[in-house]
Amino acid sequence: MADEIIRIENVTYQYGSGGEDNQLTAIKDISISVKRGEYLVILGHNGSGKSTLAKLMNGLLLPTKGDVYVNGMNTKDQDKIWDIRQTAGMVFQNPDNQIVATIVEEDVAFGPENQGIPPLEIRKRVDEALRIVEMYEYKKHAPHLLSGGQKQRVAIAGILAMKPDCIILDEPTAMLDPIGRIEIINTIKKLNREEKKTIVHITHYMDEAVEADRILVMEEGRIAMEGTPKEIFSQVDRIKELGLDVPQVTELAYELRKEGFDIPNDILTVEELVKVL
Amino acid sequence: MIIKIENLNYIYNPNTPFEKKALDNINLTVEEGDFIGLIGHTGSGKSTLVQHLNGLLKPTSGKVIVDGIDTSSKDGNLKEVRQKVGLVFQYPEHQLFEETVYKDIAFGPKNLGLEKDEVHSRVKKAMELVGLDFENLKERSPFELSGGQKRRVAIAGVLAMKPKVLVLDEPTAGLDPRGRDEILGRIQKLYEEEGITIILVSHSMEDIARLVNKIIVMHKGKLVMEGETKEIFRKAEKLEELGLGIPQITCFMRRYKSRGNPVDDTVLTVEEAKRELINYLRRRGNV
Repeated sequence: MADEIIRIENVTYQYGSGGEDNQLTAIKDISISVKRGEYLVILGHNGSGKSTLAKLMNGLLLPTKGDVYVNGMNTKDQDKIWDIRQTAGMVFQNPDNQIVATIVEEDVAFGPENQGIPPLEIRKRVDEALRIVEMYEYKKHAPHLLSGGQKQRVAIAGILAMKPDCIILDEPTAMLDPIGRIEIINTIKKLNREEKKTIVHITHYMDEAVEADRILVMEEGRIAMEGTPKEIFSQVDRIKELGLDVPQVTELAYELRKEGFDIPNDILTVEELVKVL
Repeated sequence: MIIKIENLNYIYNPNTPFEKKALDNINLTVEEGDFIGLIGHTGSGKSTLVQHLNGLLKPTSGKVIVDGIDTSSKDGNLKEVRQKVGLVFQYPEHQLFEETVYKDIAFGPKNLGLEKDEVHSRVKKAMELVGLDFENLKERSPFELSGGQKRRVAIAGVLAMKPKVLVLDEPTAGLDPRGRDEILGRIQKLYEEEGITIILVSHSMEDIARLVNKIIVMHKGKLVMEGETKEIFRKAEKLEELGLGIPQITCFMRRYKSRGNPVDDTVLTVEEAKRELINYLRRRGNV
């Protein structure tokens, strides 16, 4: 299907091999379709299977059962693995583990160099990628002297330079301070809206999910909830049961509604709550 | 007073091109029984300050006095200082190294030269304090545990030293909400039931608002604000100037008040906001 970029079909994933008691089933018979251009957020507490799911999406892990297709290519197809990873790029939690060079622009060039892209084209891509993440002025800087948020943006630029259609971000803000988090969230939004990249953003911060097109909530290797942010956040009790948070204003609105006040059940922002009270 | 800091200055890499003033004339008194929140954005000097509290760093000039001991004097007993002030670093689980949970927690007390029985009772008590089941977990490898559990093992290792002051540098970084609530709940209990003085470094204004009774704000190596929690969060504009914020719920109440609703806008938790709004809305409904 043309409007679908990633398809996960009845996928089960088990860690460990050998004896029964050594195995951990991290993903249990999941099927998901990610639409082209979509901004999908996957939520879940630690150990819910969300990072495993991310690694299945670009062939870093292969399903124990079932199939994963990226742009129609099966991740089990060894011959296609580089095409798959070029289509679906991955950004991880710790920026320090993803930076390989001593100068920002060399780091961003690392991916396309390995793809055998001609030098002039690499130059163009590196500059463009650094402009998109707003790190162009830092192109001659040493990465280790940048802030966490800046380093993570360099890591994102490194992925962008490979021209993927889809970017998978596995808890990209977990190690950042509040300013770094805002920088990364704004970058992700921009990639989705202006660069038309499909985004799969894995996180346990609920407030980062507010602007997604669709949210999946994982629990024990299964999909526990699916819907738009308003649909998901209106189920405050269920979300808490799953070990997650809702924004404070959403919780307040929910508590007031329980007391009999007539307030809509899909409040997500300060402004929305001020308006209805 | 358990810690007194006088005119503290600290310079990294003095007399080199990389010289950087990290702490600029800090004066601070910590009283026994305080629960202090230390906030400030990255690079403001929080971690540098914290490392002075148990003598890991020594002042370039000025004094840090912990329970009567000057950390920079030659005869100042640093071993004693480190026992009095327990420091839990960011991602403390990276420092676990022993084969079993028991051995890891026992490492500090053993080095103090304590009797076996005393070490045993301290390990047991420390595990209880952080909510780890002694019988089930003591022989497990710390590396097989979940992220939240590992972190609690690391904190237990510090608690087993029986510190008077516990300093925690972002103890919830990288944890999910459940793990965060567990750790914060334990910290609150340590404060309330064990009477330990606590200094909590955090980026989460929501967590700070919920827990601490005093706040210290750092900016560019200087201590720029100091006061009771409510008092500090009342100065939202000033905090925003410093790249910090206030809890979302406080922000909501301020905005709501500014639209002509006479409510108390100094509330710090959802619970308080709920009570305040129910009162206000019911009153308004009756008019």
